[in-house]
Amino acid sequence: MANLKEMAKGKELFTGGHRACAGCGAVMIARQVLMAAGPNTVVANATGCLEVVSTIFPFTSWNVPFVHSAFENAGATISGVEALYKSWMRQGKYNKKLNFIAFGGDGGTYDIGLQSLSGALERGHNILYVCYNNEAYMNTGVQRSGATPKGADTTTAPVGKVKKGKEQYRKDLTAIVIAHKVPYVAQSVAGNWRDLTSKVEKALSMEGPKFINVFQPCRLGWSYEPELTCEMGRMAADTCSWPLYEVVNGQYRITYKPKEKKPVSEWIKLQGRFRHLLKPENKPLLDDIQAAVDQQWQDLLKKENQNLRENPVKTA
Amino acid sequence: MAKQKIVARTGNEAMAEAMRQVNPDVVAAYPITPATEVVQIFAGYVADGVVDTEFVPVESEHSAMSACIGASAAGGRAMTGTSSQGLALMAEMLYIAGGLRLPIVLADVNRALSSPINIHCDHSDTMMVRDAGWIQIFSENSQEGYDNMIQAIRIAEKSKLPVVVTTDGFIISHGMERIEILDDQDVKDFIGVYKPEHYLLDLDHPITVGALDLTDYYFEHKRQAIEGMKQASSIILDVAKDFKDKAGRSYGLFENYKMDDAERAIVAMGSTAGTAKVVVDNLRAKGQKVGLLKPRVFRPFPKEEMAEALKGLKAIAVMDRSDSMNAHEGPLCLEVKAGLFDASTSLSIDPEQSRRIDKGLNKPVLNYIYGLGGREVKLEDIESIYNDLASAVKGKAMPKVVYQGVRE
Repeated sequence: MANLKEMAKGKELFTGGHRACAGCGAVMIARQVLMAAGPNTVVANATGCLEVVSTIFPFTSWNVPFVHSAFENAGATISGVEALYKSWMRQGKYNKKLNFIAFGGDGGTYDIGLQSLSGALERGHNILYVCYNNEAYMNTGVQRSGATPKGADTTTAPVGKVKKGKEQYRKDLTAIVIAHKVPYVAQSVAGNWRDLTSKVEKALSMEGPKFINVFQPCRLGWSYEPELTCEMGRMAADTCSWPLYEVVNGQYRITYKPKEKKPVSEWIKLQGRFRHLLKPENKPLLDDIQAAVDQQWQDLLKKENQNLRENPVKTA
Repeated sequence: MAKQKIVARTGNEAMAEAMRQVNPDVVAAYPITPATEVVQIFAGYVADGVVDTEFVPVESEHSAMSACIGASAAGGRAMTGTSSQGLALMAEMLYIAGGLRLPIVLADVNRALSSPINIHCDHSDTMMVRDAGWIQIFSENSQEGYDNMIQAIRIAEKSKLPVVVTTDGFIISHGMERIEILDDQDVKDFIGVYKPEHYLLDLDHPITVGALDLTDYYFEHKRQAIEGMKQASSIILDVAKDFKDKAGRSYGLFENYKMDDAERAIVAMGSTAGTAKVVVDNLRAKGQKVGLLKPRVFRPFPKEEMAEALKGLKAIAVMDRSDSMNAHEGPLCLEVKAGLFDASTSLSIDPEQSRRIDKGLNKPVLNYIYGLGGREVKLEDIESIYNDLASAVKGKAMPKVVYQGVRE
């Protein structure tokens, strides 16, 4: 795996000058994914923050070929690009080895683009789909999505006199992708560059559909100080709110186990979207959230242990 | 002229045959009645290895067009086929393909749009997306479906606009006809090699496709596409000329059938034009001066040319196989009438007479909405329209829009 120094020497494939907010995690993810992928990469992007801030005509931040067409179809669009590549390779019209990477936010991936993603995974295209998951529709102004966690304050599930933010737990999209039995599925986080870039490198070394769900703190939607983005991501992993793990050919491996699993409230209290949860009357809700995080972590440990018992070699 | 093989083919088989000969790099498609066979037959070619195409059996028509956009932007020839609800689901992506100026070719087998759900022919699906920035070419029969598909490749690539070629659901798509097909090599020579100027897989020249275009550029880019559509008319005619040299069959923006001395004419598209030709022959045999104008290209709409072709007539009936929900009339009639109006009036520099009207072009234009949901249109239905026109010529007041063949 390339170290940071080596990667930093490469050409910037996602350049500055874009219009992202200060402290944006999405552009950090795009830049690091491309640092790991290298220049022989074609990118498809769903409509959303990343596309909007990076391609305002006549400017572009992308030093690799890039295509955006609509919101719900990054999976299908990259499928088409990859299909053309396969066709040309078969016809002897092309000979470079290429990576095909799709980027979509959680809205474009968990919700409106889920069908397109599922189709692409099932058809077995040689692609990597990266979801930059900031847990709401940030581009349109912080509306709830299927990725928004329980209790979060958003503009379409706001905290009011009777409601306490989103009432449902988020959907486990990573598990849905794992159910497609694709070769590589992982969760990573903005703020842990080594975890993200090594997962991208590993994914791209494998044939077939790959998926990485990258947790992306959003200072605007989550309401915290912009310089805290990386810290916010790391704390999500330290509290096990967002476990970092990978599933390689069905084998679970947790890639980061915090030495001391911190209480979720440590992380929650730094974010405006959860401010109301710190009120004494909302303690039962906060306890529920902690219990769900604990359960999710236990389930994951169990899956990893089971894999280790059954197949110690493969996950070593 | 090239040697051709005479075969029996349904419309769907003819279009699939054309696609095999075109041998596109990518086909992405989803099944829908009555267009399913087009891609089903094509999938057979892929399975037998007789084409180089990468076939992407997507999970929806929206993804079909999205994958075609990806493949076309990447630098290849991309094709698909669909119908009705499939075209409707694609609508968002059709506009995007048009706006991105990608030369995708789509075979649409015309079928009524829901609701109520129906699987039979009308033109409401194509009309729904008539302003999407796609060239629209209608076919009268299987032969035209085949010929138009082959010409569409060159039209799309030269004009940098996507093309939809239509046939009438079941009437053409499932009707077996005698057609003539070119040799594979002749089709290959005719369409040539596609060389895109800018494409994604050109790694040495990375491009950004689908950038965000705000108030400062969007209008200019749309204006260019509109100009591209206008210029496409001459490209369509150039390609038709080459096609005539190759295959011997003539195509224009529309077809004039016995129009030279006609006093009354029907304007009708698709398979109905074939039925109307029989009626014209029958009435001509009785000494009546009737004709038919069959639009082939609905976008770009040949306004001036059509007005010119219709100018000597005393009365015109336009048959629309779709409705505009209480706009003035059906979509085809709106276009024909607007063309005639523009041709009949001209702005003058004479302030006394700021708008001059040419009464010779001002004539009764009746609209017949027919055949919705596959309702049959018979010879006598069309004959009755010519009779209505005769009444109009005599000065009888006629209804502006008639819903023909419906129980009311």
